[in-house]
Amino acid sequence: MAVVEFQGATFEVDEDGFLQKFEDWTPAWVDFVKESEGIKEITEDHQKVIDFLQDYYKKNGIAPMVRILSKVTGFKLKQIYELFPSGPGKGACKMAGLPKPTGCV
Amino acid sequence: MAKHKTPLLDQLESGPWPSFVSDIKQEAAARAKNEKGVQYQVAVDCPDDLLGVLEMSFTDGETHWKHGGIVGVFGYGGGVIGRYCDQPQMFPGVAHFHTVRVAQPNGKWYSTEFLRSLMDIWDLRGSGLTNLHGATGDIVLLGTSTPQLEEIFWELTHNLNVDLGGSGSNLRTPASCMGMSRCQYACYDAQELCYNLTQEYQDELHRPAFPYKFKFKFDGCPNGCVAAIARSDLGFLGTFKDPIKINQEAVAAYVGGEIAPNAGAHAGRDWGKFDIQKEVVDLCPSKCISYEGGKLIMDHKECVRCMHCINTMPQALRIGDDRGVSIFCGAKAPILDGPQMGSLLVPFVEVNKDDDYQAIKDIVEAVWDWWMEEGKNRERIGETMKRLGFAALAEAAGVPIDARQVQEPRHNPYIFWKAEDVEGGWERDLAEFRKRHQR
Repeated sequence: MAVVEFQGATFEVDEDGFLQKFEDWTPAWVDFVKESEGIKEITEDHQKVIDFLQDYYKKNGIAPMVRILSKVTGFKLKQIYELFPSGPGKGACKMAGLPKPTGCV
Repeated sequence: MAKHKTPLLDQLESGPWPSFVSDIKQEAAARAKNEKGVQYQVAVDCPDDLLGVLEMSFTDGETHWKHGGIVGVFGYGGGVIGRYCDQPQMFPGVAHFHTVRVAQPNGKWYSTEFLRSLMDIWDLRGSGLTNLHGATGDIVLLGTSTPQLEEIFWELTHNLNVDLGGSGSNLRTPASCMGMSRCQYACYDAQELCYNLTQEYQDELHRPAFPYKFKFKFDGCPNGCVAAIARSDLGFLGTFKDPIKINQEAVAAYVGGEIAPNAGAHAGRDWGKFDIQKEVVDLCPSKCISYEGGKLIMDHKECVRCMHCINTMPQALRIGDDRGVSIFCGAKAPILDGPQMGSLLVPFVEVNKDDDYQAIKDIVEAVWDWWMEEGKNRERIGETMKRLGFAALAEAAGVPIDARQVQEPRHNPYIFWKAEDVEGGWERDLAEFRKRHQR
């Protein structure tokens, strides 16, 4: 597994650039990932999505379904893609430090 | 000289069937030679390393691909299946080996010009290996690296005017049989309807928004040449309402042996002289055909449009003129709660191009609205249907309940009623009951 260093912090990541451990997440991680996910500036809307994904994951141990993410944040899927060009899974979940999505993807 | 020794795979070069091993070796040799001077963007020996890792799997009986993989292109949530080798030092050529799904034309008709252009892109930016086609229908480009994904996507969309296919919890790439392009059984233009719905629902295809995957397939008739009833969550099967058209002269020609039954499909063996009674009349599942005095007679009201008689005597029997589709819902593979084939949801709906297939789209969207709201995480619609009941699906789809939706009525008496359908509703006073019935 690769280890990346950014702003004095170290992060253990897999080939797809997902954090190996949710506990390793810090705000610096978001800064580190954003460019590779096609994001220039982290806005309040980005933060809202990241915060909700983290809360949901801590509470439920899984990532929320897309429908629930939309319902709670109020962002339609189209808006989520405007915020995170590679989508809620590869984009938002990666930045929030959640484990890599699995299954028949 | 091959990079890895492959004694087990080499055995698969013998025998009459086209050998995938010989073909991969040929591609490996062509890349090594590089007669066109291509600036390969992934390892030149990628196909060699693929053979190497496959030989290793043959030796130890285990796969050597790591679990999962999340890669893609900006704007889409699917289309690329990421994959990494679990022995990247030994086989660096396939350290990244992602699969790109490319949207195919319906019926899979191609010009060599298109295929050559596609292969030019793939030679440069991929392994040179493909799958034509994936089971869902996509053109499958087999093996490339993450940095090449956006490059490939740019060239596909800008130079070839072609898009990615679907993957993930969304509408997957729809597929159809060859339909009217070269089949006299086609009851509607399966390719056109498939193309229209694919374009209409691009957003649902590229950006996963569903509880799980969802597939469309379009068969021109009940023969099911694209297996819609087994391999699509919503399957569209062509059918017709009016009588089968009978050409008695051609019937006589079949009986007289001038035309081979089943268009000669059984010519490889001597089955004796064609016997219309034995091979058509007696095999009709609804026993609605008779052959008397040299004439074939059919009671079309009893006909279930199984296609057997038409398949057997295609020059004598033709589909009717009042045509449409039946819609089947819920087919899926075994995981989680067992395999399902499609259940008849809509017995007949017209395929009307003039209003842009609105009747069909209304049903599709009503079904999606219901499943997107009610479906659990990773629950196929066939399972939602089992959990909440067929009646809930039919009601959501706006489809009337019809005897044709069941093979047989239920045999258990656990029948639910809606409160409004029961006189007096569910609110009852026990004291009132006790007035008539002592404890």
